Amino acid sequence: MTEGPLLQVEGLKVHFPVRGGLLGRVRGAVRAVDGVSFDVARGETLGLVGESGCGKSTLGRALLRLVPSTEGHVRFDGQDLTRMSQRALRPLRRRMQLVFQDPYASLNPRMTVRDILGEPFDIHGLARGPGEREREVAALLDAMGLPREAMGRQPHEFSGGQRQRLCIARAIALRPDLVVADEPISALDVSIQAQIVNLLVDLQRERGLTYVFIAHDLNIVEHVSTRVAVMYLGRIVELAPSAALYRRPHHPYTQALLSAVPVPDPGHSRPRLLVPGEPPSPLAPPPGCAFHPRCPQAMERCRHESPPLYPLGGGHAAACFLAEAESRQAAPAPLSAGGVDGVLAQSPSPG
Amino acid sequence: MTGAARPSGDGPLLDVRGLVVELARDSGPVRAVDGVSFSVAPGGTLGVVGESGCGKSLTALSVLRLAPEPPVRVAAGQVLFQGQDLLALPQDALRRVRGRHAAMVFQEPMTSLNPVFTVGEQIAEGVRLHLGASRSQARERAVEMLRQVGIPAPGERVDAWPHQLSGGMRQRVMIAMALACDPALLIADEPTTALDVTIQAQILELLKRLQAERGMAVMLITHDLGVVAESCDTVVVMYAGRVVEHAPVRELFARPAHPYTAGLLRSLPALARGQEEGAPGARRRLRAIPGMVPSLGRLPTGCAFRERCDRAQELCARVAPVLEPKRGAQLAACHHPVPAS
Repeated sequence: MTEGPLLQVEGLKVHFPVRGGLLGRVRGAVRAVDGVSFDVARGETLGLVGESGCGKSTLGRALLRLVPSTEGHVRFDGQDLTRMSQRALRPLRRRMQLVFQDPYASLNPRMTVRDILGEPFDIHGLARGPGEREREVAALLDAMGLPREAMGRQPHEFSGGQRQRLCIARAIALRPDLVVADEPISALDVSIQAQIVNLLVDLQRERGLTYVFIAHDLNIVEHVSTRVAVMYLGRIVELAPSAALYRRPHHPYTQALLSAVPVPDPGHSRPRLLVPGEPPSPLAPPPGCAFHPRCPQAMERCRHESPPLYPLGGGHAAACFLAEAESRQAAPAPLSAGGVDGVLAQSPSPG
Repeated sequence: MTGAARPSGDGPLLDVRGLVVELARDSGPVRAVDGVSFSVAPGGTLGVVGESGCGKSLTALSVLRLAPEPPVRVAAGQVLFQGQDLLALPQDALRRVRGRHAAMVFQEPMTSLNPVFTVGEQIAEGVRLHLGASRSQARERAVEMLRQVGIPAPGERVDAWPHQLSGGMRQRVMIAMALACDPALLIADEPTTALDVTIQAQILELLKRLQAERGMAVMLITHDLGVVAESCDTVVVMYAGRVVEHAPVRELFARPAHPYTAGLLRSLPALARGQEEGAPGARRRLRAIPGMVPSLGRLPTGCAFRERCDRAQELCARVAPVLEPKRGAQLAACHHPVPAS
């Protein structure tokens, strides 16, 4: 392992072509991810939040090169995944895994638990003989808090929470360094969500895992994340250590998002920042700052210019012109790329 | 607008008594709703919370007799709405109540609108049917309703097809349709669950505003305790087909009496704030409820929650607790409720 962050993302774009007409010509592009840059340190959890269509799931998949990127770089442990052949990528696949939202759709209904959890060992040739494979599967079930008798059963015999335990077991079977978890608890009941969150947190501590945790539930994200990135229409609008983001959000969108979360306390009263309207289409994002049509504090400048991520000190950065002045005080000298604030590299969009 | 008599005096608008709903299974009927009782005051907001399979949606559907029969069968109970038992009404009388005096909004705005009619036609249909409005009056009413639920350019959107609208807009249309005949009761089943939080906040504000303007009662079915805390004045907590707690919202959150309610509240990360242990940045554990929700066909004897309950004792395995007053206006079905302190 080399030094430095486990994951370095630089100017990453994922555009999906839109075809239309008789000849199926490319008529435009959905800018699902539109120039994002950030690092993920070893052993940390980066939370990725935003509303549906903001590009967080596409970004998660692009990090593992499950969707091709259009531009930019993803470096995993120093190696640029975006330039690698599938063959060269293969040994790295073992070290990065994905947990999906729907534990009902992501397990093969015809396979037994023994085969679901043993398959990763077969693919990568990592178990010497059926005895070792069996021992590995048993150890995984133990770690998940599932009984060993589960080995001979099929997915339909398990509840949603147990299935998500199986999905997590499969993801960590080969002792990966990075796990991207895409809404891992959204499909689960409230009383089960906390169990799965605890399991993920315990596994991280025991195995030194690095997580990218994608979710729309802001309370859970705060709980599990070291740092949180807020996305809006394909871009990161704010990135900060978890506590700082929730205590003092800088971007008007982050402020609106946090104030929209219902608080389970009837005595709680606070002014709610209602943002009007809905997110625009990523097919035709508005010029300037993508949030300006809904932003209560939008200025003339926001209609034409796209704000870069301004560093605010302490690893906090916000892509809003309102943060510009504070940014000058916090970071008078330009920072070098690659540090904690290497996130600054998000370039203004061309139009 | 006139119609059947509104409730007189201070009685409840909706009074559900001992509702039992069975589901047909290959192995025989199972009780999905087992003796549920609650009431909704005129203008009040009742929250019904619980996890999947607890019977909350089936209760809501059964109140308006919207559940498909079979496999669903309402086996016992009364649903007194504006003084008459909806369960005893013939279909044509029921249709005059449904959509007119009591209306429903569902979770899925994508599948609850008919894709081959414009939104205006769908809103106007109920207005013509229940209020006897002419085609042009009904259309005017549809435009007015779209304006009230905050849809921009309602005069044009009235001719839009459902697929041309976003999820948030469709849910607004559903609400417009439900409220077009000025009902006394709105039953909303997870109305914001499919929506993003900023849109959810808009819809909840909208419901609150319309409710206050019209003095309408709302029965809100949800799994989100945050939504309950912000929107409801009374709460019913359901578990495995039964009501386990029934309380004013402040009491429920401040001093839950049933261990299940207490467990749900404890497991929320939002409430763990300020009680964190260890150094900042150290990941702390949530206080999860152990085990899982039992399946309906295989409920344990006695109290259905006892196998997951940290207060369960020998009595809980033998005798199913009944819902009874514990303190003040707070009811719980528990032999060993959580003490108030």
